[in-house]
Amino acid sequence: MISAQLPALQVVLPLLAGPVCLLLHHPRLSWALATAVSWLAFFISLALLDQVLSSGTIVYALGGWAAPWGIEYRVDEINAFVLLIVSGISAITLAFARNSIEYEIRAERIHILYTGWMLCLTGLLGITITGDVFNVFVFLEIASLSSYLLISLSRDPRSLTAAFRYLVLGTIGATFILIGIALLYVMTGTLNMFDLSQRIAGVSDSRTVKTAFIFLSVGIALKAAVFPLHLWLPNAYAYAPSAVSALFAGTATKVAVYLLFRFFFTVFDPQFSFDVMQLDRLLLPLALVGVFVASVTAIFQTDVKRMLGYSSVAQIGYMVIGMSLVSVLGVTAGILHLFNHALMKAALFVVLGCVVFRIGSARLEDMAGIGRAMPWTAGAFVIGGLSLVGVPLTVGFISKWYLILAALEHGWWWLAALVLISSLLALVYIWRVIEVIYFQPPSDPSREIAEAPATLLIPTWLLIVANVYFGIDTSLTVGVAERAARLLMGDAS
Amino acid sequence: MTATAIAVARIDQLFAAVMLFGIYSLLSAALFVVMDAVDVAFTEAAVGAGIAIILMLGALALTTREQRPVPRRRHWVALAVVVATGSGLIYGTLDMPSYGDPGAPAHLHVIPRYLNQSMAEIGIPNVVTSVLASYRGYDTLGEIVVIFTAAVGVIGRLGVAPEITALVKSGGMQHHLILRITAKLMLPLIMVFALYVQFHGDFGPGGGFQAGVIFASAFILYGLVFGLEDATKVAPPPVVHVIAAAGVLLFALVGVAGLFLGGNYLDYGVLADEPTKGQHLGIMLVELGVGMTVAASMISLFFAYASYKPEE
Repeated sequence: MISAQLPALQVVLPLLAGPVCLLLHHPRLSWALATAVSWLAFFISLALLDQVLSSGTIVYALGGWAAPWGIEYRVDEINAFVLLIVSGISAITLAFARNSIEYEIRAERIHILYTGWMLCLTGLLGITITGDVFNVFVFLEIASLSSYLLISLSRDPRSLTAAFRYLVLGTIGATFILIGIALLYVMTGTLNMFDLSQRIAGVSDSRTVKTAFIFLSVGIALKAAVFPLHLWLPNAYAYAPSAVSALFAGTATKVAVYLLFRFFFTVFDPQFSFDVMQLDRLLLPLALVGVFVASVTAIFQTDVKRMLGYSSVAQIGYMVIGMSLVSVLGVTAGILHLFNHALMKAALFVVLGCVVFRIGSARLEDMAGIGRAMPWTAGAFVIGGLSLVGVPLTVGFISKWYLILAALEHGWWWLAALVLISSLLALVYIWRVIEVIYFQPPSDPSREIAEAPATLLIPTWLLIVANVYFGIDTSLTVGVAERAARLLMGDAS
Repeated sequence: MTATAIAVARIDQLFAAVMLFGIYSLLSAALFVVMDAVDVAFTEAAVGAGIAIILMLGALALTTREQRPVPRRRHWVALAVVVATGSGLIYGTLDMPSYGDPGAPAHLHVIPRYLNQSMAEIGIPNVVTSVLASYRGYDTLGEIVVIFTAAVGVIGRLGVAPEITALVKSGGMQHHLILRITAKLMLPLIMVFALYVQFHGDFGPGGGFQAGVIFASAFILYGLVFGLEDATKVAPPPVVHVIAAAGVLLFALVGVAGLFLGGNYLDYGVLADEPTKGQHLGIMLVELGVGMTVAASMISLFFAYASYKPEE
């Protein structure tokens, strides 16, 4: 009985928790509720993935009205996988958030932060699970508005400018998406994704549908921070509270990249997106340039959070490269990296949260020599960093491996070489940090630095262990990513 | 409308720009009436030409009235992007079905069922309300969560100043006799009208969104004329916040009630013994939730702007 209602509960539970967090008006209670609901959402997403893997796509009619008249939730392999990522990262970063947020945010604003966090989770899960394009827009607005709020709650005054910039660019992105949706509705009379995918075929050579495609691509790419539309991201991640940076790094751009997959492969079919519109010819070079420019920029950052922000832009490039190969293997690599990058970036940002908790800053020069005083934190950074570079036995290696296989499948050895070279750039910026924290003398030897408390270290190491575990046992991640890729490519075999 | 839009873009006086925005909204509302979309027109008039302007003025009061001049050359890139976007839009309209074409896909696919079956399936004459609150009720729930999020954002950022600032203590425009009397005369009318719009949404244009905005405007008028101190006595900010949250919870819990009675989420049909009665009940409750959240969010936005005091 209850298992049939899981798709609705997945989104409605955090939605209810949002206003209740506000009403509780208490830092600890709001946190406890948010964490409990987030873990519940995680277990629901596990159950949904299990249902999808065993018995295929789940269709859920909201309000009991069948699509296309009503709104439906449609859970298949790909969005079940993304739901798992989003709810999992939220659950684990919330476990981390309590101490970190109490240290970084003014006490009277903490319950507002958790209200915003729940609303943001609602928005992200709602975008992912729905099978209706207008519903995507509505939940995108919830996710966006709450993100601006979460960033601006930081004590750092620069977070205000960062949030405002994100607000302006995010609103432009959302408006473009809305225009695209409206144009599609004019030509097809429907808002349901599945219905659209069948009805677009008949009108796909019209200028209106092509314009809709372009507006949707630009709008979503802006939200996903695909190069060169990434300008909002580094500052937003750098100045947000640490736990919030970890949440965003693991979820927000991932959901936007998922939307790119959904629109290019499901709503429009791959044949239209890549043969008629020739999207891959634009995306692949942009993604490659993005990977290199962002990685090189990351090398020159003095704020480590900002460095990781640029690194995220580069990593999104890898996902887009996988997508623009338009093969089952390429798409598998893209989806796989969606999951793996969420794990490594969330891990690295929570490590920085531990650092900020003890030394009050994420600037590189302030981190000199903390390796001895904070061995567990520094060790976590090393493993997370190696995963980002793509060293074997970590998730980063698995992503790169599949991406290179996909490139070689096309016979594009140059692409494989470029992916390897760009990994070396990642090694450079990670090594800079490792060198400073281990091999430089502390900037102020008289300062006593203690190891981060266990409440921060346990969630951090959970993420680090996940980085290693899914780097060794890939049966779940690769299995699901491959099934999702076959589904997207329309390859039933 | 084009002239107004260009004027808004060119003018440096922010106060005038906001006023022009109001005119723009009112013109679009008129356009919607011409297109027979009275519900949309009503919303546009109440939100775009009404409350949005007051909130923008509230925001202006916190900054300056003049735009800082931007060097001319910085406009070129922006102009190029805008021209590209605009030509894209025009290009996109070339293959669109012409306005009023009965054969347009939008009129043939989902709309006929809404128009023909809504009376039998939901039992209310206003099709817009039945689409908004029932067929696509989940989107509406999402929309009020958006409004709630916006309110939480402003409260979280600006906060509600614990002590009332000097500006507000002055008691608004209470010394203007004519304003005071007129306001007193209008307040009950506005509130009654809001209630009418709230509960008549099933039959004519209206519903929770418009009613909430109108209801809020009564409080804002009171705050403007009699001062914020009196207004916060009538509607203490903590209470307003609770109402905003309660509206979202009411809407969302109506959906949960559907779950317990064996339906899907937001299925109102199971709320009563007959599906249409259940639909009636469900729509009334969720519209009430919409009204509560919208009104409370608007009032708290106004309070937050009006009582903001920069830190330190």
